[in-house]
Amino acid sequence: MSPRRRAAIVGVAESDLGKTPHLTVLSQQAQASKAALAEAGLTPDDVDGLFTAGNWSWAPALTLAEYLGMQPDHLDGTNIGGSSFEAHVGHATAAIEAGLIDVALITYGSTQRSDRTRGRPRPATLTEQYEQPFGLPQPVGAYALAAARYMHEYGVTSEELAEVAVSARRWAVLNPRAYYRDPITVADVLASPLIAEPLHKLDCCLVTDGGGAVVVAAEDRWQDVATRPVVVRGHAETTTHSSISRMPDLTVTGAARTGPLALERAGVTHADVDLLAVYDSFTITVLLTLESLGFCKPGEGGRFVADGRTAPGGELPMNTNGGGLSYTHPGMYGIFLLIEATRQLRHDYRDQLGRQVDGAELALVHGTGGVLSSTSTVVLSGS
Amino acid sequence: MPDLPSIVIDAESKPFWDGIAVGELRLQCCGDCGRAVFPARIVCPHCFGERLTPVAAAGTGTVYSKTVVHRAFGAFAEQTPFTIALIDLDEGVRMMSRIVGEQPVAIGDRVRLQITRLGDAPEAPELPCFRAEMVA
Repeated sequence: MSPRRRAAIVGVAESDLGKTPHLTVLSQQAQASKAALAEAGLTPDDVDGLFTAGNWSWAPALTLAEYLGMQPDHLDGTNIGGSSFEAHVGHATAAIEAGLIDVALITYGSTQRSDRTRGRPRPATLTEQYEQPFGLPQPVGAYALAAARYMHEYGVTSEELAEVAVSARRWAVLNPRAYYRDPITVADVLASPLIAEPLHKLDCCLVTDGGGAVVVAAEDRWQDVATRPVVVRGHAETTTHSSISRMPDLTVTGAARTGPLALERAGVTHADVDLLAVYDSFTITVLLTLESLGFCKPGEGGRFVADGRTAPGGELPMNTNGGGLSYTHPGMYGIFLLIEATRQLRHDYRDQLGRQVDGAELALVHGTGGVLSSTSTVVLSGS
Repeated sequence: MPDLPSIVIDAESKPFWDGIAVGELRLQCCGDCGRAVFPARIVCPHCFGERLTPVAAAGTGTVYSKTVVHRAFGAFAEQTPFTIALIDLDEGVRMMSRIVGEQPVAIGDRVRLQITRLGDAPEAPELPCFRAEMVA
């Protein structure tokens, strides 16, 4: 085994979620950071690495450090879309293994719902000038193009896509913090308005405000922390394209590379995974990701999620907070995947009927960013 | 009238938009590996060669994927429903475009270039749109 110093997630927290007109992106991140550090029993002075991603400042890491009153020795503003935070965990772990830092604070905030800025026309610069003038609503339109091609190649149906939304909602029913908690059926998904064919409104993630924070600490600090450390076992990240026009194959994501690589680095296999946290920006994202990760064969994602396999009580629970489809989705959702997987691996939900995944010890957390553009996979274990 | 996104033409994209103005869809061809390149750049993404020269595309291709858009933003909202497609040009590159004309298209259908202004706005730019290829 590697003699390198290990890293673990020792604190997680959300900010207020949903509609938060009383908060800015900075106050959301401060709120979540304070709660995540408090949970771990650490202080701001313990933090020597700061990680954030956003486009709300010319240099978000600097703006955030100033706001939090921190002068960290290690800064990382890597922005690869919604998978940035899984990448941050990987980068923080590498920095801890290398002895550069002891405690990393990873944060995110977004006020996109209150801002109502989504879709406002922006000047089409650089490679955007070859796509934006045609009027495709982004990102949903890009995912619709992937879904259409996927259904054409494999004969997958809208009903099979809808199962992903139904399963997410079944988990959301169990989560008091979820934005939507009323049960839905496949028929409800298909009856919701078409946004970009073949995707309906209920195939799409929410648009909410919200922030989160994750604290990662070196193993020599684990004795000081108040929580059960959740060990970062493996990580991988990649990109296949930026614009949807340049995606090599609309049915295969970067998960085909980062999934197997992260599992290999963790020294585990698919069969060892107790719990999945998979970015569900759209129902199609989940099916493509499960296939690319290698949990099922190409074209079989629909059958894989059928009959509640990933729903409460299923054999491979997935997105146990209700996901971006039903719990919250403030623009770049990746940090919430880490928060939920950590809580499950600590068995935080053991007193909530049906919510806790019994005996969950190994989780695969998988972020997708942009328009299926980047992926980052993290393998976490509770022991 | 809600805003249209303005196209910020730069040194690298100017030949493309100049081409549209004269009815031509311009790609690049790599002098080292012989492959077509789009959008234009100064190094070939296949071989990193620098001998890229402009070439006019035939203007024909095949639909790789398509979506009918029912909800769109800004000036595009009033154009719904409309069809956006990814088109594999016969030269071997893929581009996004709008499908124009009465005839709907399906994945795998042949399409042909039809430079079009979308919408009624006087500032709407001429764009390389495509229409279904008439089958004899």
